[in-house]
Amino acid sequence: MQTNFTAEQLRDPDTAASNQVLRTCVHCGFCTATCPTFVLLGDELDSPRGRIYLIKDMLETGRPATEEVVRHVDRCLSCLACMTTCPSGVNYMHLVDHARTYIERTYRRPWHDRALRWVLAQVLPRPGLMRVALYGARLARPVVRLLPQEGVAFKRLRALLTLAPARVPPPSQVETPQVHRAIGARRGRVALLAGCAQQVLDPAINEATIRLLTRLGVEVVVAKGAGCCGALTHHMGRHDPAMASARANIAAWSRELEGEGLDAIVINTSGCGTTVKDYGFMFRTEPAPWQERAERVSALALDISQYLTRLGYAPTREAPGLTVAYHSACSLQHGQQVTSEPKALLRKAGFAVVEPAEGHLCCGSAGTYNLMQPEIAGRLKERKLANLNATRPDLVAAGNIGCITQLSGSGLAMLHTVQLLDWMAGGPEPEAVAARRREKGAV
Amino acid sequence: MIAQPEPKKDVLARRDAIVAGLRALLPPDGVIAEPLRLKPYETDGLSAYRQVPLVVVLPETTEQVAAVMAFCHREGVRVVPRGAGTSLSGGALPMADAVVLGLMRMNRILDIDYADRCAVVQAGVTNIGITQAVQERGFFYAPDPSSQLACMIGGNVNMNSGGAHCLRYGVTANNLLGLRVVTVEGEVLDIGGAHMDAAGYDWLGLLTGSEGQLAVVTEVTVRILRGPEGARAMLAAFRSNEIAGACVDSIIASGIIPVALEFMDRPAIHACEAFAHAGYPLDAEAMLIIEVEGSPAEQDDLLGRIKDICNRYDPISLKVSQSAEESAAIWKGRKGAFGAVGRISPDYLCMDGTIPTSRLPEVLGRIGAMSAEYGLQVANIFHAGDGNLHPLIMFDANDPESFRKAEHFGADILRLCVEVGGCLTGEHGVGVEKRDLMGVQFTEIELDQQRRIKSAFDPGWLLNPSKVFPLKAPPALTQAA
Repeated sequence: MQTNFTAEQLRDPDTAASNQVLRTCVHCGFCTATCPTFVLLGDELDSPRGRIYLIKDMLETGRPATEEVVRHVDRCLSCLACMTTCPSGVNYMHLVDHARTYIERTYRRPWHDRALRWVLAQVLPRPGLMRVALYGARLARPVVRLLPQEGVAFKRLRALLTLAPARVPPPSQVETPQVHRAIGARRGRVALLAGCAQQVLDPAINEATIRLLTRLGVEVVVAKGAGCCGALTHHMGRHDPAMASARANIAAWSRELEGEGLDAIVINTSGCGTTVKDYGFMFRTEPAPWQERAERVSALALDISQYLTRLGYAPTREAPGLTVAYHSACSLQHGQQVTSEPKALLRKAGFAVVEPAEGHLCCGSAGTYNLMQPEIAGRLKERKLANLNATRPDLVAAGNIGCITQLSGSGLAMLHTVQLLDWMAGGPEPEAVAARRREKGAV
Repeated sequence: MIAQPEPKKDVLARRDAIVAGLRALLPPDGVIAEPLRLKPYETDGLSAYRQVPLVVVLPETTEQVAAVMAFCHREGVRVVPRGAGTSLSGGALPMADAVVLGLMRMNRILDIDYADRCAVVQAGVTNIGITQAVQERGFFYAPDPSSQLACMIGGNVNMNSGGAHCLRYGVTANNLLGLRVVTVEGEVLDIGGAHMDAAGYDWLGLLTGSEGQLAVVTEVTVRILRGPEGARAMLAAFRSNEIAGACVDSIIASGIIPVALEFMDRPAIHACEAFAHAGYPLDAEAMLIIEVEGSPAEQDDLLGRIKDICNRYDPISLKVSQSAEESAAIWKGRKGAFGAVGRISPDYLCMDGTIPTSRLPEVLGRIGAMSAEYGLQVANIFHAGDGNLHPLIMFDANDPESFRKAEHFGADILRLCVEVGGCLTGEHGVGVEKRDLMGVQFTEIELDQQRRIKSAFDPGWLLNPSKVFPLKAPPALTQAA
């Protein structure tokens, strides 16, 4: 597609990168078809092609972002279904990331929007703060009914309070910096991104991951200094905090790499995986040694399902006779293009695996999207739940805590794929599975 | 930029009142009028041509479409209908004084009748959406334009779209039973229905392929078919475009009609393989995708006979797909081919001429020679069995000279198609892109006759008037031909 940037504009590395992305787009419109917001809203402006056009115009003119552009860019889930669909190979992710940073720099949001974003950016990446906030949300829950029905701020507040889980699990001990030794002969050594929000919302996921990996002979390092991957702030366009989080992780893992070495950096939250795999790009203009370090980290980053496949996962228990609906998280299927591994592992573990219709459509979770855009997120959630229920599953497995939280509380037993894999390879039976089996009368 | 009719000054002057009038007819978010938000609507799948419209409306029902049309008719405002905006001929290119009437929100399946094998859908349902709605019961909607994932049935009707499998199943016109349309005056008409053919004149035939110039299609009744017992695709790789073209002609001449017979040349093979990872032969100059269907025995028999023919043309390789996944990847590459060319060139013009299959080797040779002459690369991806060429002329829109050359090159290709006994457009429609070449295909008398038909439906030339015909005042309706 034609672009109109001056030589001066193209000297900015971000603009130059976006120019390349825009030049790759041929405006064919395929992306509109698989974009959740276009499917729901039926407006070119809420499709990837429309957003690309809005962003192109904003960057070319160099004007500060306006309310119209912000409205439509904000509605983008960053699910990246468009990138799976795009035949031309347009890197929409890099373009929309740039647009978000540009918006953050040039646009002043209404006070309540700024306040909410500030709170989320402070709380979510910090497990201690988040735990406190969740207790608070629990206490505030009865207030939900009293909130006015209209007004963006109230709708978001309601979403925030409703989404907070009814039970906040106690913190786990496995996520503090330490080395979990391999059981038996050591076959590998990996760093685990212990993450931030996930360890508060469901510590059982990291526990299952560490149990399974160590049992398979892998030493698992929770590196000192590593924490939030930076995705949450990155997707809000907050460049500096995102880079700071990423830099802390890169530093922590580089120390391990230069020390005992790592075979992989394993990530069990696919939203984070997509970002860690993009560190190389994020640090492309950073001075040495950060650029090389970031590239090395990105090259080593693997989703847990990729690493288990490489390792040759095998179950030790007998097939439980359960049907698992596999919910493909967008960050895994579109962001990382990991599609077959989790299903193959679940089948190997002895589950009957089914897939919902419209598997390519986002469930509406999308990081903080369900808090910022509760209406669209709610419609996507209902659509996803209907499609999942239609498969009549015993359990639903997904590789991302965001989706698990979004789809929980609606009668479906939501689990992380690795929890099921751990169980079938000798780990304890997850409570949700036990409950389901009791229901079925199988125990 | 392409020439547009002079915008109506009075309409431009009354813009605010027109927008207010439209807002009164539609839900709040159904009218887009802010300059910044109008920009993404300035173009469609042919992004070399652009024009920001007066206003965009997004109705949700036939009644809303009728209200908009009646209003525009009363106010003398031009209207450009738009579906998914995937037209490669600029069929949805707006005009400065026109309302763009987007049908994307009309995306509901209204009725499926398996017993009588038909489905009633709104105009904004995607082509693949129809098949997806009926495939659980083993049915499908046959015409399959490469953009079927995104393009909408209303647009398919207006362009009489084809696709890879039309060799066997026919184009949109052959799979259509009825339409609900809104006339330029805002009247709702039902044409045809859930039955074969209609009494009286074939209005359905007239409206199909009328490029949004006669009426606005809001609902479509299509034929759905039971899917075949099975299908298998074969990849045949050859040493030159001409050899592959000659092989196509031999297959068709032998009397075998595969369900699909598609052609891709070297640049296309490489671009599509990078997208679809389908195992395309990267060492080939040209490749055919040949699909057959039926019982396993039928498939074996047909593939055997087709292989015998291919073997007469010294193929580099012949490979039959071994699984449904492999076939899906083969088609994913073919259907994404135009977009995939975006990997090797920032812009392209996609031609759509048709020729008799017997002239394929000669025409492919001449396109190759022209490519060298113009200094512009071409990727050939097309429905070979139908002789429906799609040379993609690659250029750089940031270089005006390269675009000008591409336009001339394209015109030369289409002239060549007409010269060898073919026509300007197989399935993309004339749109704005081939408008000024209509004189190559038709005499002035013939064009005037067609213009009179448009005038009979739309005397004021309000509906998509800048397309199909070279710009000039239409002949009087009363004047005898």
